[in-house]
Amino acid sequence: MELSEHIKTANVEDVTLRRPFHPALRGTLCVTSHHLLFSDRKDEASWQLLILLKNIDAIEKSVENLFGYPRAMGSSGTITIKCKDLLVLQLEIPGMEECLNIASSIEALSSLESVTEMYPFFYRPSHLTLNGPWGLSSTEQYYKQTERLWDRWRVSTVNSDYSVCPSYPSAVIVPREVDDDKLIRSARFRQGGRFPVLSYCHHRNGMVIMRSSQPLTGANKKRCKEDELLLQAVIDGSELGYIIDLRSAQQAQQARMTGGGFESKSFYSHWKRIHRHHERGKIVQESLIKLVEACSDPSHSVDRWLSKLENSKWLSHVHSALSTAGLVVECVERDGHSVLVHGSEGTDNTLLVSSLAQLILDPASRTVTGFLCLLEREWIQAGHPFQQRCAHSAYSHARLKQECPIFLLLLDCVWQVWRQFPLALEFSEALLLRLAQEVYASNYGTFLCNSEQERCAAGVKENTHCLFQSLLRPDIEEQYLNPLYEPTDLAIWPSVHPQSLQLWTGLFLRWTEYAQNMEEAREEVWSIVKEHHEQAGPDRTNNTLSTHCDTLTPFENLMDELTIL
Amino acid sequence: MEHIITPKVEYVKLLNRYPEKKSVLGTLYLTATHLIYVEQTNNTRKETWVLHHHIMSVEKLPLTAHGCPLLIRCKTFQLLHLLFQRERDCQDVYQSLLRLFQPEEELYAFLYNPQQNEEDRRQGWEFINVANDFSRMGLSNDYWEISHLNKDYEICSTYPSVLGLPKNVSVATVTGSAKFRSRGRLPVLSYFHKDTKAAICRCSQPLSGLTSRCVEDEQMLQAISQANPNCPYIYVVDTRPKLNAMANRAAGKGYENEDNYSNIRFQFQGIENIHVMRNSLQKLLEVCSMKSPSMSDYLTGLENSGWLRHIKSVMDAGMFLAKAVCEERASVLVHCSDGWDRTAQVCSLSCILLDPYYRTIKGLMVLIEKEWISFGHKFSHRCGHLDTDPKEVSPVFTQFLECVWQLSEQFPCVFEFNERYLIEIHNQVYACQYGNFIGNCQKERLEIRLHEKTFSLWPHLLKNQHLYRNPLYRRSLECTVLRPSTLPLHFKFWCGMYNYYDRGMHPKQSVLDQLLSLTQKQVEGERTMTELQRVRGVVGVVDFVRVERYLTDMTLSPSHPFTSTIHCAFTKGQTQSLTHGLDW
Repeated sequence: MELSEHIKTANVEDVTLRRPFHPALRGTLCVTSHHLLFSDRKDEASWQLLILLKNIDAIEKSVENLFGYPRAMGSSGTITIKCKDLLVLQLEIPGMEECLNIASSIEALSSLESVTEMYPFFYRPSHLTLNGPWGLSSTEQYYKQTERLWDRWRVSTVNSDYSVCPSYPSAVIVPREVDDDKLIRSARFRQGGRFPVLSYCHHRNGMVIMRSSQPLTGANKKRCKEDELLLQAVIDGSELGYIIDLRSAQQAQQARMTGGGFESKSFYSHWKRIHRHHERGKIVQESLIKLVEACSDPSHSVDRWLSKLENSKWLSHVHSALSTAGLVVECVERDGHSVLVHGSEGTDNTLLVSSLAQLILDPASRTVTGFLCLLEREWIQAGHPFQQRCAHSAYSHARLKQECPIFLLLLDCVWQVWRQFPLALEFSEALLLRLAQEVYASNYGTFLCNSEQERCAAGVKENTHCLFQSLLRPDIEEQYLNPLYEPTDLAIWPSVHPQSLQLWTGLFLRWTEYAQNMEEAREEVWSIVKEHHEQAGPDRTNNTLSTHCDTLTPFENLMDELTIL
Repeated sequence: MEHIITPKVEYVKLLNRYPEKKSVLGTLYLTATHLIYVEQTNNTRKETWVLHHHIMSVEKLPLTAHGCPLLIRCKTFQLLHLLFQRERDCQDVYQSLLRLFQPEEELYAFLYNPQQNEEDRRQGWEFINVANDFSRMGLSNDYWEISHLNKDYEICSTYPSVLGLPKNVSVATVTGSAKFRSRGRLPVLSYFHKDTKAAICRCSQPLSGLTSRCVEDEQMLQAISQANPNCPYIYVVDTRPKLNAMANRAAGKGYENEDNYSNIRFQFQGIENIHVMRNSLQKLLEVCSMKSPSMSDYLTGLENSGWLRHIKSVMDAGMFLAKAVCEERASVLVHCSDGWDRTAQVCSLSCILLDPYYRTIKGLMVLIEKEWISFGHKFSHRCGHLDTDPKEVSPVFTQFLECVWQLSEQFPCVFEFNERYLIEIHNQVYACQYGNFIGNCQKERLEIRLHEKTFSLWPHLLKNQHLYRNPLYRRSLECTVLRPSTLPLHFKFWCGMYNYYDRGMHPKQSVLDQLLSLTQKQVEGERTMTELQRVRGVVGVVDFVRVERYLTDMTLSPSHPFTSTIHCAFTKGQTQSLTHGLDW
């Protein structure tokens, strides 16, 4: 079935559009295969609203005059559109039939299943070409750039046909002394074949963060020699490594009943296991739904708001993610040990914790390019199932399947870090908001599919444009940069006291007047910085910057944060 | 000082909030004005200074294996947990502090001398003049006039001597209305809005009881109504919950009966009384000092404290006033019970919403001087300056400051001052270092000759205004009336105030400092920078000023062990290393 066959009514005139905090507009509504287009009626300087149908999370329709009076009699309908980026719109459409047609087109076209029918495969802007490399970096390039790895680590292409681990990229970094056969055996011992691979090597001390899925020890405590050797090779001569298991000890025990398990002390004697409970899947998705619902609660009771905020548990998830990331950083940076992070599948919380730890540890991941590379490496290449996780957002009434806003949670955590270290990140909140939008509905192919294998099969790299490249080319837009950025080499260790964590108003109150006030403040910051640069002249020195180095708390002084981990 | 049993105790531990962090041994000093704790490790010397007046309570905790603990809670929300090795020392310090922090007389301000001469002192007190604010609003005019009827405080003892009254209102009406109002606090002008000609007036509750009425009071309200050509009615806002107001009727007080007054629209606002607010803050502070709460513990505790609910109720009432004035062009008369707590909160907040002037550094001083100090907010009682009835203590003024902070969070570009200004004012209210917040009303201050014996805070704040500047401040014209959202989710916990001393909870880098230092250039042009400031940048300025202030403090106790050290270091220009270790 062609996409256009879903469209019974393509154009409606005299539609009224209502948006929060804007006057209502009248104009023409148009449905295409991938977009909803509204343009107001003025001929010149007309204002247009273009919404990707995929951005639409839920649609509610109410029709007056159900008895089929003709349009002239004034039958009309209202469609409420709730987008995945949390925008809510209302369209008043004259004509009941038109209204129902539009609604059914939106319903059908906003939930396309086939990847190649999605808009990124049709998006052809004139300033971009499809030839040339896709993405920012590859495993091989990352290896080449990281000199510290050359001695003890190698790039393995054991997964080049995705047969060892379907969700891993074709190339991974593993200890030099472990050969591909051992990797294959280790993969068989790990859920989904996600054997331990290198995620990050700390530039200061060479300690590493590894990630994997849970070992398949099962009820009768199976073991795998090769898996043990692999981990042994990771810590090499040093005394101890830490396994951060993102489940409670009890959950890990229970996992054995269903074939999963954990690394037992007796077989992995040089590894110390620490359990940290993290919620996953449906529970986190429901948190998002509850939080968004609470944010739009019209009641004026503070008690009700606080109780709903608490009940949503969203900030608790933010708290756990940052706490565990802090724990990983503590092991790597302060104690000088390598760490293996895993939960069950190793595709969600594992990536969340390992990427946050890198942001805290590694100055390189705090630049725009560095951060996008981090996302590419730790989320896209590492096989976070974006298509499943981001099929729906906070408004959908559809039954939940695999949805889970773990990536949104990551962006929230990054925002919390930015709030506490407002000078340490090169990018701005606007970049995080852009990513929060793109991950659910995009012109670009970056967040399509669930793994590199699927992207390969669908021809994503050949037929779509890469978001990250486009963000960086030719020059990154000013709005995505932090005007106050000052690189620092220190670990930026966020406080995880509940008082230190806040609701991410930029995201959750994005479409309110409040956001406009904040925008004003941002513009003001920019103008102060620019004015200062002009005054300082072209040869501005780092004088002003250096005075603030000591305001950054070195990590030694942050020890008191750790006691609540 | 005869209260100080032991001026120095060695080997005292200052326990950290987080037990695992090593606490080192230090020395505790008691001076006439401060408690000072000094920690010396290798080359760093860390000093913690606490003003006696800032202490709220001192509590001896049960003996532990490690020593005798003493818990000191401060009105600035600082918490000091000291551990003594000898029970005797602990007892001595405890006894001394009990006498020092709740003096029966002799507040710090009467001793404090910022090395100004009498002329400076006089000018300092004249710096903020409430009468000038009346002229700024355009008084006297066709509708309102400045009256000196209360010059001897005979009509109302807790009101200022200068009042704004409707033009041509008779003396009989004024005195009659005063007699019908609790403590004689008759309806008078708080703020006149030039554009709409609408006024905000304040008073106390009427002595209406169940049936009483008063012709003069009715005439008074009529006069207020007639002073506004743009609206035929006035709002009468009782800021109390309806239940409380009704309970007062039984005691011969109460609220206006709409039938007796022509063209009034009566409205309750539901702000709770001082006792509820005191208990709410108590609960909030318990949440703040929880050892390692989970996110749920914290949010549930925050909810149960009710604190943000109360803040919102004050804000809602302030919004109601501002809306009536700017949208309906209607005048408003506000009262609570005595008209010096909730009424002060609501009137001053609506002034800030309506008039950009009060959002400036100087404007806020004027507003506090006008609505709080001169209209008889009982600072001495509410802040517990002297050893008074604990039931009189209540964080009413703190709530006002917090409402301003909540507004500044929603509107980052409309206030000339930053958060530190609000916190500094809060600290000064309790510090009693300057005379402004001593006493309960103008008459009382006159009687104790405050202006001759103490200094005014405002010139001191103005001198340091570069610290309190908001670099994002835009004097934009369109945004004259603030219309904040009062959705509950906009009311945030003020970590910067209630957890001020838990630096670990605060952002590790400050946008404010960064922007202040970027804009410092302009300030530099106007000021000659000292050597010290150039070295230390903005941070240094803070320390410099504080050191300067404390130096003057020190002159009170020449026997103090540090006087010579600091003076010595100061004169040699080594203040940088010294201040570095200070923990303010």
